[in-house]
Amino acid sequence: MDFYLTAILQGFCFSGIALGIFISMKIFNIPDITTDGSYTLGAVFTAIVLMHHISTFIALPLVIIVGALSGALTGFIHTKLKINALLAGILVMYSLYSVNLTLMGRSNLPLINVPGIFNVLNLSNNANLNSFFILFTFVVLIALIIGFLLKTDFGIAMRATGDSETMIRSLGVNTDRMKIIGLALANSLTALSGYLVSQYQGFTDINMGIGIVIVGLGSVIIAETFINFFNITSVWLSLGLVLLGAVIFQLVLAITLDLGVDANLLKLVTAVFVLVVIIIPRLKFNSLTKF
Amino acid sequence: MIGIHNLYKSFNQGKANQINAINGISLNVNAEEFLVIVGSNGSGKSTLLDLIAGSILPEKGKIEIDCLDVTNYHDYKRSEWIARVFQNPFSGTASQLSILDNFRLAAIRTQPKRLSIGINLSFKNKVKEKISLLGMGLENKIEQPIGSLSGGQRQALTLLMSIMDDCKVLLLDEPTAALDPRSSALIMQTADLLIKNFKLTAVLITHNLKDAFNYGNRIILMNEGQIMKDFDANQKKALSQTDLYNWFA
Repeated sequence: MDFYLTAILQGFCFSGIALGIFISMKIFNIPDITTDGSYTLGAVFTAIVLMHHISTFIALPLVIIVGALSGALTGFIHTKLKINALLAGILVMYSLYSVNLTLMGRSNLPLINVPGIFNVLNLSNNANLNSFFILFTFVVLIALIIGFLLKTDFGIAMRATGDSETMIRSLGVNTDRMKIIGLALANSLTALSGYLVSQYQGFTDINMGIGIVIVGLGSVIIAETFINFFNITSVWLSLGLVLLGAVIFQLVLAITLDLGVDANLLKLVTAVFVLVVIIIPRLKFNSLTKF
Repeated sequence: MIGIHNLYKSFNQGKANQINAINGISLNVNAEEFLVIVGSNGSGKSTLLDLIAGSILPEKGKIEIDCLDVTNYHDYKRSEWIARVFQNPFSGTASQLSILDNFRLAAIRTQPKRLSIGINLSFKNKVKEKISLLGMGLENKIEQPIGSLSGGQRQALTLLMSIMDDCKVLLLDEPTAALDPRSSALIMQTADLLIKNFKLTAVLITHNLKDAFNYGNRIILMNEGQIMKDFDANQKKALSQTDLYNWFA
């Protein structure tokens, strides 16, 4: 059972990535893969701050800021230098690898005996439950913040930017600026996941971000399947489903491992799973239209 | 209201396929004037409208709105004065957002989009009241995504959205081109009514010569990026529909 609880906790840790991808991919319609770099960047900053025995609560805003900066950089390259968004993201993600490695000085930083958030906050004597409470609080807080943001006038303008650029420009919104802010927001959430994961697993590794974008994509696609199936328009429900998607995604991986699938094949299994989730609703739709 | 001085715009400059879309146009549109622009495809009508709106910037020349030089202002800055209705209903509204959200954005067109929630009960009622003017029964569907509506309904809402916030200039870029005859008539009547009631300065591009004949108090014929004919209110009244057809003969 602990095995599955860990999967749920991991899902909570990845809620930042899930919401980040939701913002960049679904709200702004931009395929942003800065994620791999900004996630590790968040973890690297967390490790460095903690290793200097500085409070984890100082690491938190710092991580959000550096994540936002990396996203803003991708946004700047995409909008101002007119580079394809995918390429802009790849370039930033690729260069962040060097930045991360330089900051770390070596490829792995263990976070043993440092005051991480799961040691500082004690909400329960049971370590797993303690993590659960802390992570759950994080998930609820960021969901509330993002949900509120999307409901504000600024948030409606954000949603319109990905929907109809001509319309929102004619209504007085600088879409370039909006996209830069959006990508900054998405990547600060991603970096937040790096912050949580590094402390949860107790180390930061230079390779921890490789392919992590698929975790976000998978979560959003799972959510999208529900959203389309039940015709959901509510912002709050959509956000909730994305967060649920992050947990389901980790649970599916846990089940696969539990079934005895070789851990080396995990990335392959993950990719196939994402593919299947995308295809299933279409199959159903096709068979319905045939009759 | 709109002053255009010696305006030039070309595309693919310096290449073999260079197009001189606008060739030295000067034009003054007075306040509360309803200007109709006609011309064949490629005559530069849409480019002129895009230049006025600021979605493209000119190579040479000057554009003034309300006596202010806005030549280098982008479209999102000129929205302080200008509201637009596009040829494609999808361009003027955000499909995935609700009618209410679309109207909220339109209601703050000239204002900064703040980090506060602007949709409250009184705003909802205001939107319902405005939409009921159309008589389409859409006032009970304001929570629906606007993408679920027909093209005609969307164009009608886009028109209405233009007067949700302070508006001086209304640009209509073939607003009925994608619509059936009944919706077209309704859109043109609504536009005409709004322009009169709210004392707007309006520019309409159309291929529909009947609309060009029926609406507006000034008409311009464009060809190859230049103004070929310019008839004021009295001259336009004296025109017959056949005269208009003959312009294209």
